[in-house]
Amino acid sequence: MNLWWLVIGTVVGCYLLKLAGYFVPAQVLHHPRIRRLVELVPVALLAALVVVEGAANGRHYDLDGARLAGFAAAAVAVWRRAPFLVVVILAAVTAAGLRAV
Amino acid sequence: MTSAAQHAPRRAVIRDSLGVGIAVGAYGAAFGLASVAAGLSVLQTCLLSLFAFTGGTQFAVVGVVAGGGTLAAALSSGLLLGARNTLYAMRLAPLLQVRGVRRMAAALGTIDESTAMAVSQTSVANSRTAFWWTFGGVFTFWNLSTLIGAAGATVLGDPTRFGLDAVIPAAFLALLAPRLRGGALEQGVALGAAVIALALIPLTPPGVPVLASCGALLLAARLRETPA
Repeated sequence: MNLWWLVIGTVVGCYLLKLAGYFVPAQVLHHPRIRRLVELVPVALLAALVVVEGAANGRHYDLDGARLAGFAAAAVAVWRRAPFLVVVILAAVTAAGLRAV
Repeated sequence: MTSAAQHAPRRAVIRDSLGVGIAVGAYGAAFGLASVAAGLSVLQTCLLSLFAFTGGTQFAVVGVVAGGGTLAAALSSGLLLGARNTLYAMRLAPLLQVRGVRRMAAALGTIDESTAMAVSQTSVANSRTAFWWTFGGVFTFWNLSTLIGAAGATVLGDPTRFGLDAVIPAAFLALLAPRLRGGALEQGVALGAAVIALALIPLTPPGVPVLASCGALLLAARLRETPA
């Protein structure tokens, strides 16, 4: 797979998606179904990414103890509404710490 | 517009905006590490941060590559996730009132953080200040830290030693959480999407579970009538 195509496609696609919003008539947003759908797509994708990044390695389930512990620590921080940086550092420190012992 | 005294002073808006930039930007180091670990070069990694400039999408794309997914699966996950920026742009357009080159620049800066900071202000002037300063702060730190992470990855070696594999799902959870506070529909869609993805991991090529999770939106179609 040529990663350059992926990089170019992502860069061009992401920019055009952003730019398009400045040219769409504002009335489209007033359509509640469209608005709801656009708001819910990231919810589904992000939830799936949490699962896949946390529990999969390719086509296999991969439940690594240190990774799950790091994730759990971060989940508590998210629940306590900790800042983004705290969440990320907590996940890294917990997982790395468990692997070091 | 009401008198300026009722709105936050411009300096406070700038300070908050830069604070967001520093916090989010630092996370770019994790992206740099993850991207190089997935097999992208330092240059490819930095180009993504400079011109795609939308963290969740960038992580999704390199995540699918790292998992062995196809180019099409990686690109479509990334673009679907990037489509939320279209909605942000539609919200920002009447606030920013930009044309020409400024509109081209504003488009690049249309991301979660700059939109959230802009729409939470109580005056149009503060919204514009918040948008541009958050954009500037995040852009600066996100790209600097991406470079540091990407360059460091070649020096540091295996990123799982530093818990990077735990950082990535944690970061997605942190991005997801504020949306879940929106209501039962969001929580239902998230749960449905997680179940779909989990079930498909052993059954489909990498990347497909993430795309298929959008099937959970059928829930939204069914629950559409209930007031959110």
